[in-house]
Amino acid sequence: MLSARGLRKEFGGFVAVNNVDLDVRHAQVHALIGPNGAGKTTVFNLLTKFLQPTSGTIRLLDQDITRTDPAKVARMGLVRSFQISAVFPHLSVLDNVRVALQRPGGLATQFWLPMRSLNRLNERAMQLIESVGLADKRNELAADLSYGRKRVLEIATTLALEPKVLLLDEPMAGMGHEDVHVVAEIIREVATQRAVLMVEHNLKVVADLCHQVTVLQRGEILTSGDYRTVSQDERVRVAYMGTDDD
Amino acid sequence: MNSQVNVTPTTKRPLLRLETVLILIGVVALALAPFYFYPIFLMKVLCFALFACAFNLLLGYTGILSFGHAAFFGGAAYFTAHAVKEWGLPPELGILVGVAGAAFLGLIIGFLAIRRQGIYSTMITLALSQMFFFFCLQASFTHGEDGIQNIPRGHLFGFIDLEEPLYMYFFVLSVFLAGMLLIWRVIHSPYGMILRSIRENENRAISLGYSVSRYKLGAFVMSAALAGLAGGLKALVFQFATLTDVSWQMSGEVVLMTLLGGIGTLVGPIFGAALVTSLGNYFATSELPVTLVTGIIFMVCVLVFRRGMIGELYASRLGKKLERRAED
Repeated sequence: MLSARGLRKEFGGFVAVNNVDLDVRHAQVHALIGPNGAGKTTVFNLLTKFLQPTSGTIRLLDQDITRTDPAKVARMGLVRSFQISAVFPHLSVLDNVRVALQRPGGLATQFWLPMRSLNRLNERAMQLIESVGLADKRNELAADLSYGRKRVLEIATTLALEPKVLLLDEPMAGMGHEDVHVVAEIIREVATQRAVLMVEHNLKVVADLCHQVTVLQRGEILTSGDYRTVSQDERVRVAYMGTDDD
Repeated sequence: MNSQVNVTPTTKRPLLRLETVLILIGVVALALAPFYFYPIFLMKVLCFALFACAFNLLLGYTGILSFGHAAFFGGAAYFTAHAVKEWGLPPELGILVGVAGAAFLGLIIGFLAIRRQGIYSTMITLALSQMFFFFCLQASFTHGEDGIQNIPRGHLFGFIDLEEPLYMYFFVLSVFLAGMLLIWRVIHSPYGMILRSIRENENRAISLGYSVSRYKLGAFVMSAALAGLAGGLKALVFQFATLTDVSWQMSGEVVLMTLLGGIGTLVGPIFGAALVTSLGNYFATSELPVTLVTGIIFMVCVLVFRRGMIGELYASRLGKKLERRAED
């Protein structure tokens, strides 16, 4: 679905990402892990074209997207979330999801139509909102939701685009225990029909959810494979613990 | 940009109801006003109110701060003046020429300004509008320091004599209301929803597949065209077009009006414009310099009521009460 070859990004003289190869497959959850500053978010920004790679190629569904602009990439089916929760704070929960439905629904540029015209998106929007358990909050402003609920809303908004590949940047960061569980189940469900790449620190979640794990360190791939193989790799332990005693 | 703009949430229905009530009262008051107040003054207020609302479409609903809106306002005043006086066009066509000219300027300035964000974008609008100021100073059709004087108001649709102050007033009022209706429609439309989402979180809008720069440019051109509508109208009201309307002070004044009235509220800028214009009129004859007074009021506004007059009203207990009553 999504593959990268020899991805490299330099900021001035600093090499943030070097020679990264990635393959994200359909119906799989792929985790990108690594210590802080390893370049995980940079890889995300490169894949979604929010940053332009210095060299390397990116392909989405067998098309070269190395030079495509980020909005176009999103329209092709590669949709991302952000590390800091990305909702539209002064819009209601319903409107947040509806905004995502407007473009595919062909209702984004009509400045002469009344707001009522958006009501035909309500049914689909409510399905999505219900699927993440926010039905009773639909008229609240996104800003008033708890942190966990904002993240869940963000996922609902992302799913509205029916993405083929989903990139989630630390979807569980800063969440309470129950919320982590809820989000994990949503991701598991979502991944049955699409490819998911996620950055995550919570290794329990990674172990539980992910088919493939890629470990980044100082911008380079340390190792890649399923969770069992990766977790038994000495170098990964050293990278994570800073020592080889355990 | 988002962090700087103190927005009032506008998605909740009750606020809409409150606005409807305020608008109805306003329209009645405006229809009766010329029988109690000096029409020229009222028309001046209406022109600036429309100008401020056009500006607010960009700042309040899209999150772009332009510091060059005088170019559209003053530019359109020149275009309309020239079209009416030199080409002999009727007033309605003259104003259309002004609007088209302002929209074109908006396309150029907007195209360059939206390449950058926040303060950089604002600086680009300022720089380009200053360039336009010098163009107006040098170009022959504007008559430099003299400006275009004695613009005939002409006959609307060939038979309504606009030299008659009351006719002129109701013409200005109609254009103003039509402009407001258009702004209201844009804000409460599918397109307006996308603009709002861009104001709220630009990166998120991009990640949802929206080519943000196109939407921003669209809003910029609309705002410029509406500012031009106000400018063209003002040229006919005062029957002159001068450098004052294209100067950067005018760009600053419209920011002030919008902030005082309430960013991101439909009617706020109208009150802001009325206040600033009234102060200008009132202090014009006194010893106190008007810039000093507006400066102090601006500081008080920023320190005490940051949402602006109407923004604070919405947020206040009275506003909540009015909403509830409007809902029943």
